[in-house]
Amino acid sequence: MNVSLMIESLPALLQGVWVTLELVVAALLIGFCIALPTALARLHGNALLRSIAVSYIFFFRGTPLLVQIFLVYYGLSQFDFVRESALWPILRQPYWCALIAFSLNTGAYTAEVIRGGIQAVPSGQIEAARACGMTPTTTFVRIVWPQALRHSLPAYGNEMILMVKASSLASTVTLLDITGVARNLVAETYMPIEILSMAALIYLAMTFTLGQGVLAMERRLAAGRS
Amino acid sequence: MQTKLLSLSIIAGSMVVSAAQADTIRIATEGAYPPFNYIDESGELKGFDVDIAKALCEEMQADCEIIAQAWDGIIPGLVTGRYDAIVASMSITERRKEAVNFTRPYYQVGAALVAPVDSDIAFEPGRLDGKVIGVQRATTYANLLAGEYPEATVNNYDTVENHNLDLQSGRLDGVVGQAVLMQEWINEHGKGAYEIKGEPVLDVDYIGEGAGIAVNKNNPELLERLDTALATILENGVYDDISASYFPFSIRPQ
Repeated sequence: MNVSLMIESLPALLQGVWVTLELVVAALLIGFCIALPTALARLHGNALLRSIAVSYIFFFRGTPLLVQIFLVYYGLSQFDFVRESALWPILRQPYWCALIAFSLNTGAYTAEVIRGGIQAVPSGQIEAARACGMTPTTTFVRIVWPQALRHSLPAYGNEMILMVKASSLASTVTLLDITGVARNLVAETYMPIEILSMAALIYLAMTFTLGQGVLAMERRLAAGRS
Repeated sequence: MQTKLLSLSIIAGSMVVSAAQADTIRIATEGAYPPFNYIDESGELKGFDVDIAKALCEEMQADCEIIAQAWDGIIPGLVTGRYDAIVASMSITERRKEAVNFTRPYYQVGAALVAPVDSDIAFEPGRLDGKVIGVQRATTYANLLAGEYPEATVNNYDTVENHNLDLQSGRLDGVVGQAVLMQEWINEHGKGAYEIKGEPVLDVDYIGEGAGIAVNKNNPELLERLDTALATILENGVYDDISASYFPFSIRPQ
């Protein structure tokens, strides 16, 4: 182990941290915005909405993320009409392609997490709320959603950690995230153990912090329960 | 003691063989590395390496027998005297030099810059500034760009196919890759649309020494004859004719 090389590689790898963080945070936010309507469509939508939601989840949960990234990045760019469309300035950039693939992927998983959380709310509570005269929307906002969120949090924390790690696939479409920087450094120095260990430590620090944050939130939500 | 005897008998054996075959030189090639060496439909060995070997034999006025030998046993076969030389696109490396002797390099494939036909980028100062160039990760081409063209943006890809796809999609202004591979790709996928810009870069610092002919360490005479013959065909135009029949650019060693 060449410790001085590990330390020297740190500034370069930390530049990659920003790319990784940006991608993960944006993908989780967009993914969540996709997931909530998808989960609702899956549970309460009409036949059309339900089948759209089911197919979306089926595809993005059932195929590897790497394949999804390649389809968005290399696949779409094969079509002339895509290259001539107004979307090309966005789809041209590896950053946006990775973000689109990550968001759609995490959206599918999160939709299932939220669905599970909503279904865990006892039906008696919903009936009671309706009996008190609450509209379906009010029932959802006041009774179902707060509990669903609490039920979903452990599984969603898991999904966030998976997303941090999966973001390393961004390096396959030329992005210089932590893994992308690390792979370039390995090619330059021929010292994979040192560089990749350093990258692993950075990922560990990120997932540890995230895990602690989720735990703290779980405790807070549990405290408000009683 | 036993190993000493054994190695003595191997040396004696190979001396007998080389004495008996003084006028026939046996040359091994791989036969599985087109367009350098391959076996055609009729079972005959063909390719750039084979043509060079034949030209050298003609120049040395020697009878030659060219045989195909699998790559992983090709150096042991030379060391044990099954043939006298290897002409098989073998890169000259320090480790191989411990086992065999090499002639001077007989070819060197440079780094080619490939771009759309109408593009004006080139391996010239300033002509790559601000351009996005794709290379395969962990190849010497990234070092070449970083060392000589620091103003170019370099994107690293896992495979040559991937950077070629991005050249086709227009995300890249150009790619840098091994000249022969890139020429084959242009012939197959991009004829008329893409071309190699200028001459491939042959800087030894980035590309390495090139491919040499391996000869048994016990046979310095043959090494000298091959080196002399190689120098001659490089001079008299024979080499250039062979090269031109395979490649539209120079692979002459520097």
